[in-house]
Amino acid sequence: MSWVTKTLKSTLGRKLIMALTGLFLILFLTGHVAGNLQLFYNDGGEAFNIYAKFMTTNPVVKILSYLTYLSVIGHVIYSIGLSRLNQAARPVGYAVSGSSTNSSAASRNMGILGTIILLFLVGHMYSFWYQMHWGAIPTVTYEGETYKDLYSVVQIAFQQTWMVVLYVIAMGFLAFHLSHGFASAFQTLGWNHAKYSPAIRAVGLVYCIVVPILFAAMPVYIYFNS
Amino acid sequence: MKLTLKIWRQKNASDKGGFATYPVDHVSKDMSFLEMLDVLNEELTEKGEDPVHFDHDCREGICGTCSLVINGKPHGPLQTTTCQLHMRSFEDGQSITIEPWRAKAFPVVKDLVVDRYAFDRIIQAGGYVNINTGGVPDANEIPIPKTIADLAMDAAQCIGCGACVAACKNASAMLFTSAKVSQLALLPQGQVERKTRVEKMVAQMDAEGFGACTNTGACEAECPKGISLTNIARMNREYFSASLTSENV
Repeated sequence: MSWVTKTLKSTLGRKLIMALTGLFLILFLTGHVAGNLQLFYNDGGEAFNIYAKFMTTNPVVKILSYLTYLSVIGHVIYSIGLSRLNQAARPVGYAVSGSSTNSSAASRNMGILGTIILLFLVGHMYSFWYQMHWGAIPTVTYEGETYKDLYSVVQIAFQQTWMVVLYVIAMGFLAFHLSHGFASAFQTLGWNHAKYSPAIRAVGLVYCIVVPILFAAMPVYIYFNS
Repeated sequence: MKLTLKIWRQKNASDKGGFATYPVDHVSKDMSFLEMLDVLNEELTEKGEDPVHFDHDCREGICGTCSLVINGKPHGPLQTTTCQLHMRSFEDGQSITIEPWRAKAFPVVKDLVVDRYAFDRIIQAGGYVNINTGGVPDANEIPIPKTIADLAMDAAQCIGCGACVAACKNASAMLFTSAKVSQLALLPQGQVERKTRVEKMVAQMDAEGFGACTNTGACEAECPKGISLTNIARMNREYFSASLTSENV
């Protein structure tokens, strides 16, 4: 076994993959939420549609998007492997659990939270990502150039109450997943230091509140403004 | 005090085991938890029943032999060893559930006694120094800053009881292993085998069947010696840098 596979097969190496893919997905979420803030412009979706075309055609963005798909797949596959390993490490459980007194609920349920987020992600990607790439969606023309009208797809989707409720709830799960995941990734990378850890925890706390709220605000805003 | 004890009884490693309930009377608040079990065992012995087997040795909180998950918490409600836990931490009439450490790597030997040789094997894999360190050195003979020496001593406080494994939802031994890696990685005497040590100890930890770390912090919260999670971060740094730079291809 080469030193690379030996490292990546160890529990520490597998956690390293979880941390790196998780942090990359956090970077992705940051870009995703920043770009989608254009849904709040009252311009009939022009800025958003131009942005959507850029995001599906620009070669640099393409590379980043492939890295994002790889991160999602890697994060999921490694989490399944680690969950199985962790469950096998305790074949007989306790009759009485005191875990609520020594750890946060989010940290103990990252697998369940992640599974819910993954199910949401599949539906979310079908609704918008798949439609943008291969769906039959209307087009609009701005200054002589044709754009796919993803904005109208979003508008129609979020006129359905159940979709809005589903998205808001899903962002709640994302918030809890991030509330542990953000700081945990740095701990796994070995970034635990009296000088930096308080800042990492603070940024993580702000991030896990602000980003999901901004995401959740988009369907709510569209629902009440259309 | 009157108490109802619900204790895990298991004849041997292959027995399925189950809970047995014992009412105990005349328990003093000043008794340690283990003394309370001694009283129960005297009664059981007098009745001709098999006493409850549990690990204990120094009863001073320094050897790491005692264990027990008491009402779902390793070493009970206080952040101390079971031998240093007293009955004043419980209420009269309370029901107390006592279970062994639960981990694949810590198989039950009998009742509440588990086999913790897995920890010894992790130490054997690299938790030592091969150089001759001589006798007790004179003060300041070895150049090491006080702050670093303190960190090493904090890590060296680990008594290897296994409460971290018992508390962890993944039965992970990261806190134990990281404390043992840290105490030597921080000191000048530990530098010679620094990279090989962490690689071997982590490999042995994995081979024993302990789980991975989810950074829940349960181990740190339950550790009777207050071993910090910063040790796990240090072990991760040591391991990743050793993986990249050690001579072990």
